[in-house]
Amino acid sequence: MSFLSYLINGISLGSVYAIIALGYTMVYGIAKMLNFAHGDVIMVGGYVAFTMMMNVGANPVVAVLVSIVVCTVLGIVIEAVAYRPLREAASPLAVLITAIGVSYLLQNVVLLIFSSNPKSFPSVVGVPDLKLAGGSLIITGKAIVTILSCIVIMIVLTTFINKTKPGQAMLAVSEDKGAARLMGINVNGTIALTFAIGSGLAAVAGVLLCSAYPSLTPYTGAMPGIKAFVAAVFGGIGSIPGAMVGGILLGVIEILAKAYISSQLADAIVFAVLIIVLLVKPTGLFGKQIQEKV
Amino acid sequence: MKKFVKAASAVLAASMVLSTTAFADATYKIGGIGPVTGPASAYGTAVMNAAQIAVDEINEAGGVNGYQLEFNPQDDEHDAEKSVNAYNTLKDWGMQMLLGTVTTNPCIAVSAEAAADNLFLLTPSASSEQAISAGDNEFQVCFTDPAQGTASAQYIGEHELASKVAVIYNSSDAYSAGIYATFRAEAENQPFEIVGGDLAFTDDSKTDFSAQIQAAKDAGAELVFMPFYYNEASIVFTQAASMDYSPIWFGVDGMDGILTVEGFDTSLAEGVMLLTPFSADAEDDLTKNFVAKYQEQFGEVPNQFAADAYDGIYALKAGLEKSGVSAEADFTEISDALKAAFTEIEVEGLTGVMTWTADGHVSKTPKAVVIENGAYKGL
Repeated sequence: MSFLSYLINGISLGSVYAIIALGYTMVYGIAKMLNFAHGDVIMVGGYVAFTMMMNVGANPVVAVLVSIVVCTVLGIVIEAVAYRPLREAASPLAVLITAIGVSYLLQNVVLLIFSSNPKSFPSVVGVPDLKLAGGSLIITGKAIVTILSCIVIMIVLTTFINKTKPGQAMLAVSEDKGAARLMGINVNGTIALTFAIGSGLAAVAGVLLCSAYPSLTPYTGAMPGIKAFVAAVFGGIGSIPGAMVGGILLGVIEILAKAYISSQLADAIVFAVLIIVLLVKPTGLFGKQIQEKV
Repeated sequence: MKKFVKAASAVLAASMVLSTTAFADATYKIGGIGPVTGPASAYGTAVMNAAQIAVDEINEAGGVNGYQLEFNPQDDEHDAEKSVNAYNTLKDWGMQMLLGTVTTNPCIAVSAEAAADNLFLLTPSASSEQAISAGDNEFQVCFTDPAQGTASAQYIGEHELASKVAVIYNSSDAYSAGIYATFRAEAENQPFEIVGGDLAFTDDSKTDFSAQIQAAKDAGAELVFMPFYYNEASIVFTQAASMDYSPIWFGVDGMDGILTVEGFDTSLAEGVMLLTPFSADAEDDLTKNFVAKYQEQFGEVPNQFAADAYDGIYALKAGLEKSGVSAEADFTEISDALKAAFTEIEVEGLTGVMTWTADGHVSKTPKAVVIENGAYKGL
């Protein structure tokens, strides 16, 4: 029974990683860049929701919606100001370094505004806990909501990309930017849309992360961001189902490693698994083999 | 360029005026370093507030050896690197002795600097042995971690609080790991057993405690000993409540501050026990006077860190009076004088009657308190 509890906790933690990883993987797949500021957009999402609930007194649903809007706008602004001018830069490293810069910028701006005193995030989830087997197996409402949101987001996103025009445009841009432009696709607009969706998801992830693990500081996004990046690579970066599976597996491995091997070595085990997967399958679990054209 | 030279010389001239006035009217310059912002800010703020109260009291009563005290608090955000920067800033200011730093990891870094400079360091609350082991010019107001671990194990054993105890601790923090080590050692001699295995977490994995809590629950632990800071404790309480697990929670001085976390539901901390040398509801005049002043100026009940800092300033006063060293002496002279004086003084403070050994450790008696109706209550 305790194994089941660990498993559910792992899936719940993994679902948060998965939602964050979706943002990483979409941006990578389409703009071919690693947005290291993604973890910090999550943190901003958390702070916006916190301020809305605690200082403005908004209803949790309103708070989450405002947080999504703010993060979406933030994502578009970051892309337009920091990344777009560098897209044609000689070295792809330029935009990577800028992303790290944006990450620090966000952390320090939030530090200035909110100070680094930790805030205890109130739960936005009103779903009651589910008690099974006479109370020995408890599935928290937060876990249920997190897992369900993760599944819904994944279905909506896949449908969006495969069935709608802007989604098809994203696919086209990810295949070949130049050809897409020749076919009349607005490449900059498509990439901006990708950032908007990724950042909106980051807000959702931020609220879910802080509801389950209620301590909010300017550095809250950093470690989950890195773990989600690992999850995205694990599943095959650029692949949406890959991010999902990678995230959930990562969460489950982390919790089971803590429970049955050693709580101190959990992170080491998580990263060791990543190395093994990449050795066996260099493109990740769901990664596509990309042929280099000469 | 000319303008710049003019401005620069004006600044220089102004600073010379300032420094001459400082010489004409010497004061004892006490530096303070601690996290005024950041994840451990409840401690730094409490220390700086209380130290200021003590300094004001002493100055009002005529100062020490005929000189006034001057206190300069600096923020380190509980970060070792920033702490060393703050130390250097204070040295530029002319610091002659240091009340700090407040938390253990930064204190280890700063104590190496202070030992090399021979600048007298009195930490109100950094409780690791390493925090004061770098030199003979370093002393503590609080208990050392080994003492906290041992005293907690003895308290749990003597009062038969539980027969099965689980320990969750932060293996990447010297403070937490230090207390855990001595707790574990003392537990061998006590009528309870440690269950659930090694339930550690690290600074990189301090958001999810569900695995540790589940393990403690499965092992049937009736009491969970938590030698770490209140920020992580607030997450543990929230997660444990959602997992329907409510053992006796037993913390150490790092738990002090749990009631001040913004947005935290303090009812979750109801019944939490902790070992601390100070309780704000004590009936002696010294405590009553201090608590009243603190509440009036800062609007909250002072915690143990505030008490340690207040006692720290009075200990410095006692040391300065005993040695009779002048405020015009440089910091090495003051350090040598205080080193000798500290082993001879006895200070009756908020946290009990304190004496010091030459290696910098304090001797005093801990008390247990429990959180009831959102406030500490002595046991």
